[in-house]
Amino acid sequence: MIPAPFAFARADSVDAAVAALTEHGDEAKLVAGGHSLLPLMKLRLATPTVLIDVNDVVGLDGIHEDGDEIVVGSLVRHAALVTSPVVRAHTPLLAAAAAEVGDPQVRHRGTLAGSLAHGDPAADLPAAFLALRGSVTARSATGTRRIEADDFFVGFLETALAPDEMITEVRLPKCAGAGWAFEKFTHRAQDWAIVGVAAVGGDRPGVALVNMGGTPIRAAAVEKALRSGATADAAAELADTESDPSADRNASAEFRRHLARVLTRRALLDVAGRGAPAA
Amino acid sequence: MGPNSGGGMQASDTVAIEVEVNGRAEAHTVAARTLLVHYLRETVGLTGTHIGCDTSSCGACTVLLDGESVKSCTVLAAQAHGHSITTIEGLASADDLHPMQQAFQDHHGLQCGYCTAGMVLAAVSLATEHTDLDGPAVRVGLEGNLCRCTGYHNIVAAVVAGAAAMQSGQPVAP
Repeated sequence: MIPAPFAFARADSVDAAVAALTEHGDEAKLVAGGHSLLPLMKLRLATPTVLIDVNDVVGLDGIHEDGDEIVVGSLVRHAALVTSPVVRAHTPLLAAAAAEVGDPQVRHRGTLAGSLAHGDPAADLPAAFLALRGSVTARSATGTRRIEADDFFVGFLETALAPDEMITEVRLPKCAGAGWAFEKFTHRAQDWAIVGVAAVGGDRPGVALVNMGGTPIRAAAVEKALRSGATADAAAELADTESDPSADRNASAEFRRHLARVLTRRALLDVAGRGAPAA
Repeated sequence: MGPNSGGGMQASDTVAIEVEVNGRAEAHTVAARTLLVHYLRETVGLTGTHIGCDTSSCGACTVLLDGESVKSCTVLAAQAHGHSITTIEGLASADDLHPMQQAFQDHHGLQCGYCTAGMVLAAVSLATEHTDLDGPAVRVGLEGNLCRCTGYHNIVAAVVAGAAAMQSGQPVAP
């Protein structure tokens, strides 16, 4: 399978990339690892006429701390999230979710920013991003803005990014000491999740679901129950409240709802087990 | 395509690429949509890299990009510009097989052989990134490579032995 013809350009700076996006508009796509976009292009489900490669942009492949957040550059690969001491220390949920993406080859190429920009409800990292209440920094020719996780996923494979915006970094609040868990149910090792759950504890618990609707979604009812002091068992029973799972050859919608409750219960028990004891 | 305004960046249907393949400098102009696996097989003429599923699932097309395993069906040839690629043809020295190749031979880590090039390169990358690989770690590490013949037992044994040999720098004991 070969993508439909397109024109290729290599951007050597964020300015050059956003200038090209501004010029070509919705016909253009940015590509970094390409592990969401290229498979769709090979299937001709995506047919951008201009592909702007940003792999040569300098300064986007780092991970650093900035106050109470960690900052992940938009060219950071999944494999780097798995091994990064900063990520493992401050947002271990993100490292654990990244380790579950695809396989080692995929993790050598794919980027966190790319996975978020693709916005696939079946992907692992968007759920971790939601649970951690992260944000993306988006740059266009006219300026820079911060988009919070809750405002980012707006439809199936659709995000709040404008056609002329590029993610330059992903920010995640530090939550060292809070318990965390990533649960993923698959039929085979490298499969996409049939259902997945990302959870983090602490004062403001976060729980988000993989493949339980048209977008990555937050399990708000579970979070609310936890804040009210509900047990893990009781809170997990609410896991599918806001969901709208699809039925496909892998699972019925009813089975997905069941999995969401079971996996959320397991995740919340892990969160409790890993969290620092109350002072 | 017309030239871009601003930064002088021009989008083009064809791309001039310079890639180091198995230590040798290659320079070609390719269609922008050329996949790395097709470039390696058809332009460079190295057919040891196989096309299996063509959907980044099976790992038969695995090559090393700057030493890291990637699925060459899901990388554009244009994205290899300025980088180094190692295919199965580039592992052995003039006299000896690479320790991982030798281990696959010693442990008979193959049947039909179609997946083998990708398995060996994925294993080399895995052994470069992880020390003390044991059987369970190899099984996890090879999740991106499918074999439809062997049941994996000999492959896992080969990778454990090959990884140990790579780290010790000694030849593989059969």
